[in-house]
Amino acid sequence: MLDELLEILRDPNAQWILLGCMLLGLSSGIIGCFAYLRKQSLMGDTLAHAALPGICIAFMLTGTKSIMLFLIGAGLAGLVATLGISWITKYSKLKTDAAMGIVLTGFFGIGIVLLTQIQHSGSGSQSGLDKFLFGQAASMVSSDVATMLVVSLFLSGSCWLLFKELKLVSFDPGFARGLGFPVAFLEQLLMFFMVIAVVVGIQAVGVVLVAALLITPAVSARYWTDRLGMMMVLSGIFGALSGALGTLLSAAAPNMPTGPLTVLAATLLFSVSLLAGPRKGLIARRVQHLRAKREHLAARERQAVPAPSRGVSQ
Amino acid sequence: MSHSPLAVKGLSAAYQKKAVLDNVSFEVEEGKLMGIIGPNGAGKSTLIKTILGLIPRLSGEVTVFGKPYSVQRKLIGYVPQRESVDWDFPTNALDVVLMGRYGRLGWFRRPGAEDKRIAMECLAKVGMADYASRQISQLSGGQQQRVFLARALAQDARLYLMDEPFAGVDAATEKAIITLLQELKKQGKTVIVVHHDLATVKEYFDSVLLLNVTLQAYGPTDAAFTAANLHRTYGGRLGFLERLGHDVPLPAESR
Repeated sequence: MLDELLEILRDPNAQWILLGCMLLGLSSGIIGCFAYLRKQSLMGDTLAHAALPGICIAFMLTGTKSIMLFLIGAGLAGLVATLGISWITKYSKLKTDAAMGIVLTGFFGIGIVLLTQIQHSGSGSQSGLDKFLFGQAASMVSSDVATMLVVSLFLSGSCWLLFKELKLVSFDPGFARGLGFPVAFLEQLLMFFMVIAVVVGIQAVGVVLVAALLITPAVSARYWTDRLGMMMVLSGIFGALSGALGTLLSAAAPNMPTGPLTVLAATLLFSVSLLAGPRKGLIARRVQHLRAKREHLAARERQAVPAPSRGVSQ
Repeated sequence: MSHSPLAVKGLSAAYQKKAVLDNVSFEVEEGKLMGIIGPNGAGKSTLIKTILGLIPRLSGEVTVFGKPYSVQRKLIGYVPQRESVDWDFPTNALDVVLMGRYGRLGWFRRPGAEDKRIAMECLAKVGMADYASRQISQLSGGQQQRVFLARALAQDARLYLMDEPFAGVDAATEKAIITLLQELKKQGKTVIVVHHDLATVKEYFDSVLLLNVTLQAYGPTDAAFTAANLHRTYGGRLGFLERLGHDVPLPAESR
């Protein structure tokens, strides 16, 4: 197994793909922190599922498979989906979770119908669009990896540059508005970053699971730190690690889709964080509780010893 | 045009179709502590948020020191309700106070040593200097409120709008806050406070605004805070209002 992995790593093409997936995990992890802190974890999932029909329509209209076109298609579909959610919550009594559930599944349904249509048409079977459901890192070509590189640098760079603004908007949007920051614009910008991360991640991880790269590394990172900057760094590292593991494992096992393996790697990191995280982790909390209990009992015992018993035990 | 710290003319706002603020007009004098009181759902917070432009207004005009609000933001400090944010956010007290400097920093620039010095000073003013590096979820409600006040101080404003700063805080914090408000007043700043505790109105505020969707009364506390005005504002729902009118001291005033 290990030999196989090393063998894969010697192939320059595989090295590029691995690098691409790591960068993807990195930037998704960073963007995901804001999504998680703004309680919009499920928004990533909605955007991912909504992206499928957008990508299919982009392919049907142009007949070409290019990340740029897919990005436009997915972006427009994501926009329609988010508008749909806010429209439903505004004009019906439904809450956001229900509205998201309806829109997410509706768009995914349309996407699957269109995908089946494409598969049955002449050129469609070679399109490799079916790989978009669960992702196949090996199906990426060098131009895809190049796009991933550019996009990851853009996302990470933007988050670094706008760290102060995005932090403020995530913590206290009302105060941000009071200071005169364009809160609506910044929120849309974050949404746009999420769409980009999702669309670029789809080829590697797939529509169904790509949201995990936004959510899981961020949640895991939160267990290790109380500072946003550190959380973003850790989340990026966790994302990159998951991407690397997923890609390597799927390359080692033929026909294994990358998405599930990447997500499993991220979930494993989450489990470790949940258990071993300092102070907030389950083990740390159990230890704290036991220590407090022991001290409490000891204090009570000292009090229980009758005061006028001096001389007896000496 | 008036040059008072805050002039509001014919301000109206609504959620969906329900009017929550209707044709409210008033002007604030510089260097005064002003309280806004009224029953639940009277639109007290809405009034502040509409003035700040956080809620779109249906009609009306807001000027700050004689100019439209949008060009005077740097002169205004804002303390939102404590419950409006998630205190489990990964940040510490000093960081939150530093956010008060963001408006002056503008885009992209990070707070520097001078900003940190100012933020520490503001934390000290609310008695929280020792808690600067404390994760904000580990602060008590009163301490969180004081961090929010320190953040507003860091804005170095001339007009302060505070949304229920006394809500759910302990006696020590209440005292710290009122001392701070007096200090701001001494420096010639104007402070507008949404308040819910009728028992302390006379003690704390120079002027008071009684609100229940429409403006019920406004003026110096002695003149406006009368039993008749309170009855009109609260619809006679509070029994102890009777006693207020007859100048019987309330138990809460003996603190």
